[in-house]
Amino acid sequence: MSTHNNEPNPNSSSRRSFLKQSTALTAIAFTPGAAVSAAQKGWDEQVALAFEQLPLRLKVNGIAQQVNVEARVTLLDLLRDQLHLTGTKKGCDYGQCGACTVHVNGERVNSCLTLAITTEGCQVTTIEGLAKGEELHPMQQAFLKHDGFQCGYCTPGQIMSAVACIKEGHADSPEEIRRVYECNICRCGAYPNIVNAILEVKAKGEKL
Amino acid sequence: MEKNPKNPPIDRVDGRMKVTGGAKYFAEFEMPKMAYCVIVGSTIARGSITGIQTKKAEASPGVLGVFTHLNRPPIPGWDSPVTGNANGPAPAPPSGGETYRILSGKEILFDGQPVAMVVADTFERATYAASLVKVSYAKQTSHTDVGKNLSKAITPKGPRFADYTRGDRKALESAPVQLESNYSIPIEVHNPMELHGILAHWTGPEEIMIYAKTQGVMATQQAMARAFKIDAKGIRVHTEFMGGGFGMGLRTWPQEVATVAIARKLGRPVKLLMTRSQMFTLVGHRPYTLQTIRMGADANGKLLGIVHEATAETASYEDFTEATVNMTRFMYESAYLETRYKIVPLDRSVPIWMRGPGEATGAFALESAMDEMAHQLKMDPIEFRLKNYTETDPERNRPFSAKNLKEGYERGAKAIGWNQRKSEPASIREGDWLVGYGMGTGTFNASRGQATVRAILKSDGSLTVQCAVTDIGPGTGTAMTLVAHQVLGVPLDRIKVEYGDTTLPPGPMQGGSTVTSTVGSAVMDTCTLIKKELAQLATGAGGPLQGQNPEDLVLEEGQLYAGNNPSKKVSLLELMQQSNMPVIDKTQLSKGGDEQQKYSMYSFSLHFVQVNVHALTGAVKVTKAISIADAGRIVSPKTAASQMIGGAVGGIGMALTEEALIDHRLGRFVNNNFGDYHVPVHADVPAIETILIDKPDPYINPMGAKGMGEIAIIGFAAAVANAVFNATGKRIRDLPITPDKLIGLV
Ligand code: FES
Ligand code: FES
Repeated sequence: MSTHNNEPNPNSSSRRSFLKQSTALTAIAFTPGAAVSAAQKGWDEQVALAFEQLPLRLKVNGIAQQVNVEARVTLLDLLRDQLHLTGTKKGCDYGQCGACTVHVNGERVNSCLTLAITTEGCQVTTIEGLAKGEELHPMQQAFLKHDGFQCGYCTPGQIMSAVACIKEGHADSPEEIRRVYECNICRCGAYPNIVNAILEVKAKGEKL
Repeated sequence: MEKNPKNPPIDRVDGRMKVTGGAKYFAEFEMPKMAYCVIVGSTIARGSITGIQTKKAEASPGVLGVFTHLNRPPIPGWDSPVTGNANGPAPAPPSGGETYRILSGKEILFDGQPVAMVVADTFERATYAASLVKVSYAKQTSHTDVGKNLSKAITPKGPRFADYTRGDRKALESAPVQLESNYSIPIEVHNPMELHGILAHWTGPEEIMIYAKTQGVMATQQAMARAFKIDAKGIRVHTEFMGGGFGMGLRTWPQEVATVAIARKLGRPVKLLMTRSQMFTLVGHRPYTLQTIRMGADANGKLLGIVHEATAETASYEDFTEATVNMTRFMYESAYLETRYKIVPLDRSVPIWMRGPGEATGAFALESAMDEMAHQLKMDPIEFRLKNYTETDPERNRPFSAKNLKEGYERGAKAIGWNQRKSEPASIREGDWLVGYGMGTGTFNASRGQATVRAILKSDGSLTVQCAVTDIGPGTGTAMTLVAHQVLGVPLDRIKVEYGDTTLPPGPMQGGSTVTSTVGSAVMDTCTLIKKELAQLATGAGGPLQGQNPEDLVLEEGQLYAGNNPSKKVSLLELMQQSNMPVIDKTQLSKGGDEQQKYSMYSFSLHFVQVNVHALTGAVKVTKAISIADAGRIVSPKTAASQMIGGAVGGIGMALTEEALIDHRLGRFVNNNFGDYHVPVHADVPAIETILIDKPDPYINPMGAKGMGEIAIIGFAAAVANAVFNATGKRIRDLPITPDKLIGLV
């Protein structure tokens, strides 16, 4: 699985103004009395806070989003906590389970390993973006038909990986699917049904 | 899976929600001003806290509170001194011991024990602030190794765990063929995909709204009522979707109670989110267990005696027990039978039942030993089992309510190609791979609890069915829908099931393979009430089928037919409209009778596998698997097959990959993440065939259906170990069967 690698824009204006501000804060800090009381009241933190929110523009499921995020926020938490797209799941937060798989510019990534700010200008597709209104995506339909899940928690990640798996041309045989597609854990053990779902979608040859 | 034309497979009723991302799990609910809570765990396994610095964390941006043993908000139900097990935050532990109370003192009882809970306005800020909490400890030597602490082993209280003997020991002592083998299973961790936690908000002085990850919303409600000494009626718990449980959600964990206390203190909703690593220490595990089996048989393969002993870990603060040796008492006919079960208190967090609890562990030993004995006797393992097959329960001296294992042996053997198996191990080689076949049997208690179901049929043709049971994944909602459909003939897409919320009529926990039996029967009973009322309406004065015997009416596809004259019919909707009944609304409590006293009720399973073992590296691959369920009538064939497949996958993990390893010098896990603790992934799992025997159990309940969540895994690990022996001639008695145990076969 490739990790999305889009450098944050170092020239982001508010980043620059934050740096300026921090310098100003440092200067104040050299005044002993002020520094002590600022620290006590946590002012430096409070001021820094406002500027630590970095502006981010991206498209999620075709909709332009403009948000402010802390640099440490992952794409996964941005989606779930700020954009309320909770279809993308958190199974480990360590890049080990695949539950958080989304597409960034068409490539599957672990959104828990992707800092949100690195997706500036990107097109992100999540599970919520697959169906066309009421009409399910062929892969969603196939998961339903083959019962490719039980609890459903790994399912969004499985489906996003499955779609990518076919697009990447790695779904020619059950063996290939099992090998390539190892990074999505299903603790309920729906693997055989998932493989059947992928094989069916692949065999139908629809455009995904 | 073969298709039963009368009961065609249907898609999961909640499937659409799951494939679109619309299903909401506890952490996905939001509330205004919701705060995030994370746990700081101890870094020692035994000792005490000598100092805890929280100032930096408290001053960190967005932090709303740092809670330790010094300032944990009150939990009134815990204030009284701990006596026995009655006051615990969770359902009382099964047999004595004390439930540990979070953030209650300086004492550290296990690695990862919460020492602080940090709350902030965002998850990131809470996580960062948690890293600023510094704790110093006075460390004591920790004891975490069962094998090195056997002198502390005790027999748990209660008749279920007392030493058991039956028959004359001489039969065993004088048996011409004997074996004695030792087995071990490591710590296994449930590791459902969804991370654990809870979201709680006090909506009034004695009212709480809780989104939980629990296998029983009512159990969580009760636990919170006990902990906060308030009326359970004020507590609403919601768990419509749960991202897997496998047993870890069978109790309310102390950190959940503490989160509710913190939410009260802060006066705002608080969401606890645990990490994957914390899932290894704070929500239970399958206990490390040592087992010994002694077995004796005569030269013809008749069993003369079995002794099965198990010793498992528990926590120092609570006795955890499970029925590890119990199936040995009734699986086979044997002149002498003896079982012993002991637990060893250690500096470890408490285990909890994990899928196929006890039995999965016990079946590994018993079914491995059966294979070993068959080999010594030069008998086919199936033939050996058939030779000692019993149609009645030898432990309780009464009939089984239903047992169709003989049919299972036959069908399984055929499906796997048992005739290709060579009785001489290491006889089949394909290139670098050695090929072997093995099988194992499983069983689990089948019972019926009680549940209340409400069903509302409307004259617009819709039916709503409600019960406060949780569906953690097996498809309870789908089964409820099918049962209602079968009774009332309402089209599937007009049936709505509602579950997983304490505002619904009381239902059981999802666990112990009882839900389909219990809730399915309750759905059947309530819908039957509605059907009776419809029949009365139709046959009563002025009714369209007036004069007919209500008992004789047939309900099919939304039409009521006169039993003797199918041309006389009326549609349900017309009937309700004509009778001026816009709704028929029934609620019924439903439970079993004394049938459990008359019959021994069990579900049974068989697992057949083919393995390939790499001659050079010792890597094992399960290349074919057949899992057979003898669990009465199958209510929902599609989800039932998936449940069997899921159990088999769990069995592959148990047999080949799963092992939570402790560095006993530190008492701490070394592989507490998915990268190092290997649950099976796609590449480990072949196509798995399921055979559902689908014969109703005539006694258990009116549906004849029994549970299958547990039997799906029980016996599987032994099947793999037996196949590995058949492939290589090497008997692995310590799970998991990793390559290092087989390397250098050639
Ligand atoms: S949550 Fe991202 S890989 Fe597990
Ligand atoms: S469906 Fe439960 S983890 Fe995959």
